[in-house]
Amino acid sequence: MTLGYLIYKLILVIIVFAVTLLIAMYSTYAERKVAGFLQDRLGPNRAGPFGILQPVADAVKLFMKEEMIPSVSNKTLFIIAPGLSLLTACMTGVVIPWGTSLNLFGENYSLQVTDLNIGILYLFGVVSIGVYGIMIGGWASNNKYSLLGAVRASSQMISYEVAMGLSIIALIITTGTLSVGQIAAQQSGWHWNILVQPLGALIFIVCAFAETNRAPFDLPECEQELVGGYHTEYSSMKMGFYLFAEYINMFISSAVISTFYFGGYNMPFIGRFIQSPNLLAICGVVFLFAKIFFGIFFFMWVRWTIPRFRYDQLMNLGWKMLIPLSILNLVLTCTWMMRHEIFNALFK
Amino acid sequence: MLPLTNRSKVVVKKEMSLSEKIYLPAIISGMMITFSHFFKKKPTIQYPEQTREFSAIWRGQHVLKRDEIGAERCTSCGLCAVACPAEAITMTSAERKPGEEHLYREEKYAATYEINMLRCIFCGDCEDACPKEAIFLTDRKVDSEYNRGLFTYGKDILVEGIEKEKRIDVTKRQTPEVLEFKKHKEFDHNVVFEKKK
Amino acid sequence: MITTYLFYFLSFLAIMFALMVVLSKNPVHSVLYLVLAFFTIAGHYVLLNAQFLAAVHVIVYAGAIMVLFLFVIMLLNLNKETEPHKSVWLKASAAVASGLLLVVLVGSLKGAETIVQVNAFNPNIGLIENLGQTLFHDFLLPFEVSSILLLAAMVGAVMLGKRSIK
Repeated sequence: MTLGYLIYKLILVIIVFAVTLLIAMYSTYAERKVAGFLQDRLGPNRAGPFGILQPVADAVKLFMKEEMIPSVSNKTLFIIAPGLSLLTACMTGVVIPWGTSLNLFGENYSLQVTDLNIGILYLFGVVSIGVYGIMIGGWASNNKYSLLGAVRASSQMISYEVAMGLSIIALIITTGTLSVGQIAAQQSGWHWNILVQPLGALIFIVCAFAETNRAPFDLPECEQELVGGYHTEYSSMKMGFYLFAEYINMFISSAVISTFYFGGYNMPFIGRFIQSPNLLAICGVVFLFAKIFFGIFFFMWVRWTIPRFRYDQLMNLGWKMLIPLSILNLVLTCTWMMRHEIFNALFK
Repeated sequence: MLPLTNRSKVVVKKEMSLSEKIYLPAIISGMMITFSHFFKKKPTIQYPEQTREFSAIWRGQHVLKRDEIGAERCTSCGLCAVACPAEAITMTSAERKPGEEHLYREEKYAATYEINMLRCIFCGDCEDACPKEAIFLTDRKVDSEYNRGLFTYGKDILVEGIEKEKRIDVTKRQTPEVLEFKKHKEFDHNVVFEKKK
Repeated sequence: MITTYLFYFLSFLAIMFALMVVLSKNPVHSVLYLVLAFFTIAGHYVLLNAQFLAAVHVIVYAGAIMVLFLFVIMLLNLNKETEPHKSVWLKASAAVASGLLLVVLVGSLKGAETIVQVNAFNPNIGLIENLGQTLFHDFLLPFEVSSILLLAAMVGAVMLGKRSIK
């Protein structure tokens, strides 16, 4: 482990972090723009040309706002909770392979911060920890609406983690690896996993919506019933942290969906036009980000189209539809993978 | 009850078919609808840069007119205040002193004249009631303020300026009959102060 | 060398958090300290090169079970007034019983010093392939039996959760 290696990793981490925050920042702008356009409006267009300085204005507003901490709240936990939310949201970016590797000055620099051999489990673990930020925040506010929002969030996330895990297991069985880097590398050309696992991809995407608390599964912050949900009592930048965490989660979910099912940084036929491996790596990053941006747009598109589920519908969908479907998907995948053994056992 | 349109449908709570139960076709068609709106022309009017056209008879902020030489036409008769359904108009009268003939057209004039713009409903009844063609509603908007008290407009705001360029043009609020009538200088109503002497 | 220091650091944290679980007055704080203790134990797993176990430990214990614990405790809204009074006899007997447990544990660990560490430097011992081989080859029957145990527990929970059984 040389100093150069450390510096390279440090730079990569900083870039990933900065890009994540930048995209989360502009997702807030994109959300409002997309919402506007889908509703025949124009969206924010006053701050700067086309309103592109809107996120900056929002950030300034959030920083300048008065900070309120309820006197009956649990202060320590109240302050820790938004940070925890943002922390877990930012932690997931390290295992995403943002591209292949760059060859600079005779050395290979991978564009993945770390290729853990349990990458998928790491992602899953961090996501499952993410609910603590919401739960602690909701409980520490000492407000019934917040608590109900937190309880809803936790039960929703636990319920959908099951179906998500089962659909990922089917993916692991077909790919044969837990490393996210290898999964992305396997999908070169047209070998995208969605063609192998269409049902699994569908379940995963639905669960990703539920895990990120986005509409139509945004019951933890359901305004009609719970005021603001778990962040009712939050103000100024603590509130901003929660919103930011939501947008980072959306970005990371899009990245994970693209990497798992839509080929990651791979694009079919691109190898015919570009020969240089470095250029190919850069194109890979561009393709991945194109897929991620489409994913983010898809998240917003769904949000402004589909009305929110009722809570019993949410639970029915999770436990009575998605889990049996994912188990069916798992059984089908296993059968397909073992088809030769089964054939041999039955007919020979 | 008679239906107002022929678009109403009777709600039928029937068992959902399989394609309805799995939600996806409905979701996809819904998303196509919203996506088609993405490219539609936006009806938004960018207000400070673009403004909507006013109709010719749009009723906005009032003006108290002066006559040709710049004397106030209002004689403080109080008919506008009586006509006002919102009771927004108040005034106090005063007698014209010698030497003020260039300021006030008649012997009696309004020392104060106030319209509460928060009460005013911009119906235009004051304009109809005025026998002296003194008050008109114009196409100017009433500005927003930070304070309720500032919405009580006095003579300083309501009376138009003496200078030619500060006069408010209200000809488009006057019917052709009125405009025709105004051409006849022999009628007392139209006579300029000096000629009356 | 650095792993030794890490081990002591993690052990210190684990014991401290475990003590805080017992000592803190607020049940929600207890649960949160327990989650932190689980994290330090996951760190121990990583030190032992068992990343899979570490990840699963975090997912299952910290991510699912403790969330449910927290869920229930938050809904119960426990405080001082609702705390049941415990008699002195109960406390004394609990102390004696746990003291006896400690004696038994120390006694059993005293004889364990002689166990020879087998193949301590196999870096792949905790990887999923090896773990899978061990679980589904050498310990297939216990593994499947434990799954039946879980199924039985699940059926029992569903039975208890049903409103009325006629």
